[in-house]
Parts: sequence; C-alpha cells; structure tokens
Amino acid sequence: MDTNQYLEIFIDESKEHLQAMNQHLLGLEKDPNDITIVNEIFRSAHTLKGMSATMGYEDLANLTHKLENVLDAIRNQQISVTAAIMDTVFSSVDDLEAMVEDIASGGDGKRDVSAVVQKLLIIEQGEAAAAIDVLEAPAVADAAEGNSLQYDEFEWTVIGQSKEQGFTCVELAVSLRADCILKAARVFMIFEVLEKCGEVIKSVPSSDQLEEEKFDETFTVTLITKEPMEDIEEKIKKVSEVEQVHIKEIVPVSQEETKATPVQSAVSEVKQTGPKPEDKTLQPVEEEKREAKSSKQPVSNKTIRVNIERLDILMNLFEELVIDRGRLESISGELNHSELNETVERMSRISGDLQNIILNMRMVPVETVFNRFPKLVRQLSRDLNKKINLEIIGAETELDRTVIDEIGDPLVHLIRNAGDHGIEMPEARLAKGKPAEGTIKLKAYHSGNHVFIEIEDDGAGINKDRVLKKALDKGIVTDEQALGMTDRQIFELIMASGFSTAEVISDLSGRGVGLDVVKTTIESLGGSITIDSVEGSGSVFSIQLPLTLSIISVMLVEVEKEKYAIPLSSIIETAIVKKEEVLNAHNQQVIDFRGKVVPLLFLEDIFSVPHQEEDDRFYSIVIVRKGDKMAGLVVDSFIGQQEVVLKSLGNYLSNVFAISGATILGDGQVALIVDCNALIK
Amino acid sequence: MSEIHASTTIKVIAFQLIDKEYALPVHQVYSIEKLMHITRVPGTVPFVKGVINLRGVVTPIIDLRSRFGLSDERYDDSTRIIIAALDDIEVGLIVDGANDVLDIPVDAIEPQPEVVGSLGDEYITGVAKLDKRLLIMLSLQKIFK
Repeated sequence: MDTNQYLEIFIDESKEHLQAMNQHLLGLEKDPNDITIVNEIFRSAHTLKGMSATMGYEDLANLTHKLENVLDAIRNQQISVTAAIMDTVFSSVDDLEAMVEDIASGGDGKRDVSAVVQKLLIIEQGEAAAAIDVLEAPAVADAAEGNSLQYDEFEWTVIGQSKEQGFTCVELAVSLRADCILKAARVFMIFEVLEKCGEVIKSVPSSDQLEEEKFDETFTVTLITKEPMEDIEEKIKKVSEVEQVHIKEIVPVSQEETKATPVQSAVSEVKQTGPKPEDKTLQPVEEEKREAKSSKQPVSNKTIRVNIERLDILMNLFEELVIDRGRLESISGELNHSELNETVERMSRISGDLQNIILNMRMVPVETVFNRFPKLVRQLSRDLNKKINLEIIGAETELDRTVIDEIGDPLVHLIRNAGDHGIEMPEARLAKGKPAEGTIKLKAYHSGNHVFIEIEDDGAGINKDRVLKKALDKGIVTDEQALGMTDRQIFELIMASGFSTAEVISDLSGRGVGLDVVKTTIESLGGSITIDSVEGSGSVFSIQLPLTLSIISVMLVEVEKEKYAIPLSSIIETAIVKKEEVLNAHNQQVIDFRGKVVPLLFLEDIFSVPHQEEDDRFYSIVIVRKGDKMAGLVVDSFIGQQEVVLKSLGNYLSNVFAISGATILGDGQVALIVDCNALIK
Repeated sequence: MSEIHASTTIKVIAFQLIDKEYALPVHQVYSIEKLMHITRVPGTVPFVKGVINLRGVVTPIIDLRSRFGLSDERYDDSTRIIIAALDDIEVGLIVDGANDVLDIPVDAIEPQPEVVGSLGDEYITGVAKLDKRLLIMLSLQKIFK
C-alpha cells in the first residue's frame, strides 16, 4: 500500500511527540524521581517507534527502540536518572528531530546514529542487564514466543469461576504482518471474531492502546470461551494480514501462588501505572471500552488538521467580502431604503462575527514558539557555564499565524543575547549579592489590539556610557546627538546596525549583525521594540506586535478631497480645537491637550495635498501616539470608523514616506493608510 | 510551425502618445483599462500619478507623457491605462489611446536611429517599420527604473 498519503500526518504527529518528549525530559531533569513523567516520555517514544516502523523509516524506529529500552529501565527503577543519561537521551532526541526534519524536507530519514545508539546500549546494559529480562515491559514485550500474561488476583478469580462453569480460558498471541498498515482495523476485526466466540477478559496492550495502534505487530488476548481452540485459531487466521496465532490454554493458579512470586506482583504493579486499570468488573467488554473512552474524552477537544493554504484562501475570499460589505454599506447609506438598510446591517453583523471566527482560526498560541526555548536555555547555560532559569508566562496568548512564523528567530536571538550578555557568571552574581542562578523571564500578554512579548533578565543590565562611547567610536551618532539622548534612545543604539558591545565575541551572539536584524524583522511585522535597563539589575526588551496583519480598524479622515485612513490602534482620541488655541513654540505649532503640549502636524503639508482656499475657525485633530510620545494630526474632517483590508502598494512603490499601505473603500476607491510611527520621531 | 512563426514575428500592443505610436510586447501587457479614479500617493516622483483599485489589487500608475518628459498630460475619452508587468512588478501606464494588436516581423525592427523626435533613447529598444507606420518599441525595465 502507498504510504505517501500518511506522510504528512506522520510528520506532524512525530513533531508533536518529539516536542512532548523534550518538554517532559526537561521536567524529568528537574524532578528525576517522577515516574509518571517517564511514563509520558515512554508513551511518546513508543508511538513514534510504531509510526516510523509503519512508515518504513528504520533508522528512526531503531533509535527510538533503543531510547525506549533506556526509558523502560528508568521507569522500572533499574537505572537512576543522572546528568550523563539525560545528556545522552537529549542528544538522541536531537537526532530524532533531525531525522524527522529530513523526512519532512523530502529526505529518507537516514542518519548515522551509531554513536548515540552505542551510548544508549551502554546505559541500558550497564545497569539494567540483571533485571531486564524479568521485567520486560508489557508494551514492548515480544509475545510471539507464547509467553504468558500475568494476571492479577481478580482476573484469576474470573478465570477460576469460568472454569468451574465449563468454559475454557485461552490465551491468544496474535501477530500481524509487519507491512500491515491499518493495524487498528485488523485488531477490530480480530476482536469481533473473538467476541462472537466468547468473552475477552484481558488484552495486552490494553484495548484502547490497541485501537490507537500503540503496539508493534503482536498482541495477546485472553478469552473465555466454549469453542475448541483449533476453531478459534482458524477463524482468526481468516482475518487478512494476520501472520501467526499462538493459542494455549490457561491453567488456573491459586491466588496464594500468584502472590508468592514477587516478580509477578511487581509486574502487575507496573501494569497499573498504565493508562487504564485493567478489568475491574465482569462487565461485557463493549461497556468497558466505552467507559475507557468516556473517561478519556474530556481531556482533548475534537480537532481537525487544516492546511494553512486553505485558511489563507479563506482569508483572501473574506477580504474580498469585506470590501464588498463596505460598498454595500455606502450604497444603502445613499439610497436610504429602510429594508435595505436593515438587511445590510444584519449582513454586516454576521460578517463581523465571521471575521472574528476566521481571524481566530488563524490564531496560534505563542506556546508553539516558546516551546523550544527551555531546551535552548538549557543548552545555553551549559555552553556558557552559567546558571540560567527560564520562566515562561502567558504561553497561551494567541497571535496570528503569519506573525508567529516570523517571530521565532528574533526571540531566539534576544534570549541568547540575554543569556550571553545579560546574565553574569555565577561567581560574579554571588559577589553582587544576587542568587547564583540567573532568571530570564519570557512574558506574553494581550493589550488592546496588540500583543506584547517581554524578555526580562536579572543580569548586568546595559552600561550606558559604554554603549555611548562605542556608538561614538563607530560613528553611529555624533557628539551633538549624544548630548540630547534619553536613556532609552541610548539603549536603542545597541540595535543599530554595525554595533556590538561584547568584548569577547562568542559564537552565540555578539556578532553585531543580530540585534539590528531583530529590530527590522519586528518593524516589518508592524511592531516595535523598546529596551529598558537598570545597570546592575537587568534589562527588559519589550516587543509590541499587531494581533493580525490583514484586517485592521481605521478612522477615515478627509484632507481636502483626499481620504486617508489612520489605524485606530495608534489613535488616542479626536478633538476639535479653535484656531486661537493653537500656540507657537519656536517654529512648531502646538496645542495644550489635557495639560500636555502636543505638536501639530498638518497632513495637508506633509502629504502636499493640492490646497483650496477655504477658511475654517476650527481645526479637526486626531491625536495619535507612538510609545509615550504624542502628536496631533490636523485634518479637514472626520468620516468615521471602518474595518478595512490592509493592502500593500505593490512592489513598485515599496518605500513611501509615512504611508504604510492602502485599502479599498466602499466606493471602490483606494485610500492610503497613514503610518503614524513614521510621523512621530 | 508555431515555433517558426514565433521566431519571425512578435505580437505587440500599439498605443498612441501625442503624435507617435509606441509598442510593448503583448506578453508584458495584462490588460487595458479605461481611465478610473486615481488616488494620489504623496512623496513619490512626479510621473507616478498614484494608485488605482484594479479589481481588488492596488496598482501604481505611471503617466508615460510625464515619464518621457513630454508636454503636459491631458486626459480625455480615449485615454487608457495599460497594465503592464515585468517580473513581480505590476504597473499601469497612462497613454493617449490604445490602437492595435499587431504582428511585427522581427526583421522589421531596427535599432534606434540616432535622432528620433524628442524622446530620449534610454527607454527604447528599437524601431519597427510597418507599411507607413513607425512603431517605437519600449523597454519596461527602463521605464520602471
């Protein structure tokens, strides 16, 4: 059968499992005695192994298998978790990631992993050789050679009772063919056959694991039946893709005997840590299955995977709809027909809801980016011999997919920067009276139409004088400029291109090409970055990002005959001011706005709009801001607020001063969007 | 057959600018539009008249008369916007009128003679003589610069 159609799912799921493994491994490192975490990792590894074997990626399956053995040994407490073991496990996960990456980019997933495999083997054999054959994990167990299942007290009672009533208890080890693809379907067919013959009281792996294909090729089922063993064997063999069936009768053992063997009780304990306790009652299997399902259901919402491309198409279509909606609104406004107005209003409301849903669909929690940072910081602290703790707050904050895709690299850079230049060496920290372990805080939150991401470290902070001196040396600022600079402006110099303050250039950061790239990336996303720092106690880099890039709320204004759109996100409020109230400060006209002096910018002049003589006693002013600076844009009249689709001016007009883009209005005309950030210096 | 044909003639769009006829290869032309509302974009070079809404795509507009430094533009009923594209740049060109789609034999195209009217030769790739008509072949690359 062709496996190509499953490839995408395989890659997606493998990535998820690897991410889960990484996360849990970090958890395990903090709390090495927590067996439940090991179980989680084991489960992910096991699924990954099964999937990659099915897809024919042998190297992947092989390495996962070795990894699984080590994890199993840890789980059964034959090996205690040490730093060396963690390192090996981490590096094998890295290898797995590289292989999956390779497969995703069209490769065959082959990679030389012999070194890691060797290490894993040594760990496994070194400490676990004595016990491993006794405590083979049920999920990994190769049951083909007719090994017996272990039963708990209760199951023995059931077996005993059914014997008394004239039933026979048989154990079936069923092997599926290695190339079997729809394993779950085969399992289902086998169970159906078995349930016609009698009652299934136990299966290893458990029935829900079997349904999820969490097994290799072999599974074992215990059946209470009246039919002869040969008949059952025949019936199962009729199911296609079954390789082998081993069948044998179970001879009841008394409970005392069971308890007497410590190995068996140990095994049953191990089993109970599995996802679902085995049979507790003698209810029919169906009901039990349902129970298992219903207890799992609330954990995960039902989701489907949708190709990003389709969402983009949906978004594009919707943008067209928004333009037409605007057109309809303006037509119905002109016609003034009450029924038409009502209908258009209703449609606007519905399409507003639709817009929310579509935008939400494209929203992804920043978690998807933040996830890889704990490992990054771990590696960073090892490389730098520093102690760094990463705190993540607000990972559930959602951002538009397009923003998420772009924000990863700048954040990596800022975190590396914080670890490399921010956090001091442990001795230096202790000498300053700080805890030896430095903290990098990664915080994301919503505010208004923006998402803020802050990277805060409690390290050395930025040395203003050194930054300034360096900037002067490199000719980034002149002496006169330097005099009038605020602290923030000085800090922002470190993001100027051609600037690097690190005295020793490490391979992590300090190449001086990084921070300016970070700044341009963020600005190209319509965001901004500011730096606050107190020398000796740390720095905060705050990034402000727009929630979405495609549909924005604007205020439409008129300047003479031209219409401009000002993004609502940068507007504080609008005001109408008498001409007499405008003051002159040097050559700048200003107004006193709620106790603050706000400079006036005449859009007419900035955009050199053809002027028509007309005198008005009032100015219509839109107060806009950039950070904590404000300005008043003087316009002729306000038209109103509208949702518009942001469009670029095309490649030919890529850099127009103070214009960030264009939009199409209801009447089909193009209106330009004012870039307030460029207007306020 | 078509191979031979293509190598001997090229299809061009011929258009009018004051008293002369110009031509662009047809594969560089997307469509020809009637004059519509142009939104001025401030802070651009004078020959960029602004942008139009071309079926949902914001498209910049160049006035060819002012691009070539010819006399002032005058728009009337025959004024057209030729939407032309080169690589990933799409631009509308305002012309006095779009006349024809023509097949020009390749050997009828001559390199630009030393003196051709007032138009500087930097926008011209050649001149085609067709019966009594003289077509000036334009280079989009240079117009877009």
